[in-house]
Amino acid sequence: MHGTPQDNEYTHVVPAKIYVGIWAALMAFTLITVQASFAELGPFNIVIALLIATIKGTLVVLFFMHLRYSPKLTMVAVIASVFWLGILFALTMTDYLSRSWATYGGH
Amino acid sequence: MATSPDIEIAEHAFQHHFGSMEQQRETATFGMWMFLLTEIMFFGGLFCSYLVYRRSYYQAFVEGSQKMNIILGAVNTAVLICSSLTMAMGVRAAQLGQRKLMVILLLVTILFGFGFLGIKAVEYHEHWTNHEFPGPNFHFETGDPAHPATDPQHTEIYFSLYWAMTGLHALHMVIGVGLVTWLVVAGMRGAFTPEYYNPVENVGLYWHFVDLVWIYLFPLLYLISHKHAG
Repeated sequence: MHGTPQDNEYTHVVPAKIYVGIWAALMAFTLITVQASFAELGPFNIVIALLIATIKGTLVVLFFMHLRYSPKLTMVAVIASVFWLGILFALTMTDYLSRSWATYGGH
Repeated sequence: MATSPDIEIAEHAFQHHFGSMEQQRETATFGMWMFLLTEIMFFGGLFCSYLVYRRSYYQAFVEGSQKMNIILGAVNTAVLICSSLTMAMGVRAAQLGQRKLMVILLLVTILFGFGFLGIKAVEYHEHWTNHEFPGPNFHFETGDPAHPATDPQHTEIYFSLYWAMTGLHALHMVIGVGLVTWLVVAGMRGAFTPEYYNPVENVGLYWHFVDLVWIYLFPLLYLISHKHAG
């Protein structure tokens, strides 16, 4: 009934060693991000922390959530949602960041 | 083929309005993704308010986040990553029709889920007894009381967001543990086959999504202000 040990006849089955590899990478990145938070890096502390979080999140979505093996439509929907989240952040911040710029009536 | 018990169950699970089992599976998974994308916007609102208030009250947020227990936060991150591995392996076992292995892996996932919630409860208790819960009992010392560098009320906003974001995440964990428990019960009854395992796949997606939220909560609430005693 099963073609190969890594596959069934209905869907793609991800090899177990890929899952274990992703797990190891996620654990390593967690260690790195905790270590990096103890270093004095000024504004780069937040940059590194969010960069590592985004790498970890991408690994989870692509492999654990099978996005890499999913129909293209799913990929489009996920990218669209990240874009919409960006709209939420960007339009909110255009308001908050520009409030101090305003000079009402020549003050 | 049609006499195999697996196929009989699968035919039972097949809904007549779908053209094929494959179409049914892809539709169910895409529906789950749609739900998770609304969840992104749900949590997104909280992340956005965090961004706004952290920008406005930066120093007060730094002081608040230095009350976090980084060790417990890091251990909980590791616990969640391990639970995601056992969940992914559980889905894989369902795909391959390894019923017993699937049940074991899902039970381990539940165990990790309780581990996370237990550690979180320890942290919550710590914050509660330190008066770091927003409301009438909130109390926060900030350096020299005569000339405070920051307004304790602004740190209270940090803790409001901390409790709201981690609380909503913990609620998702509780729901996730309930869903996986349901999978274990249904799985032991033989509800899933290599052809029909949509519920396992979709609960798996939900579980990984909750892990994904924590992957961002951990650095934002615990880590990034660590070195800015200022």
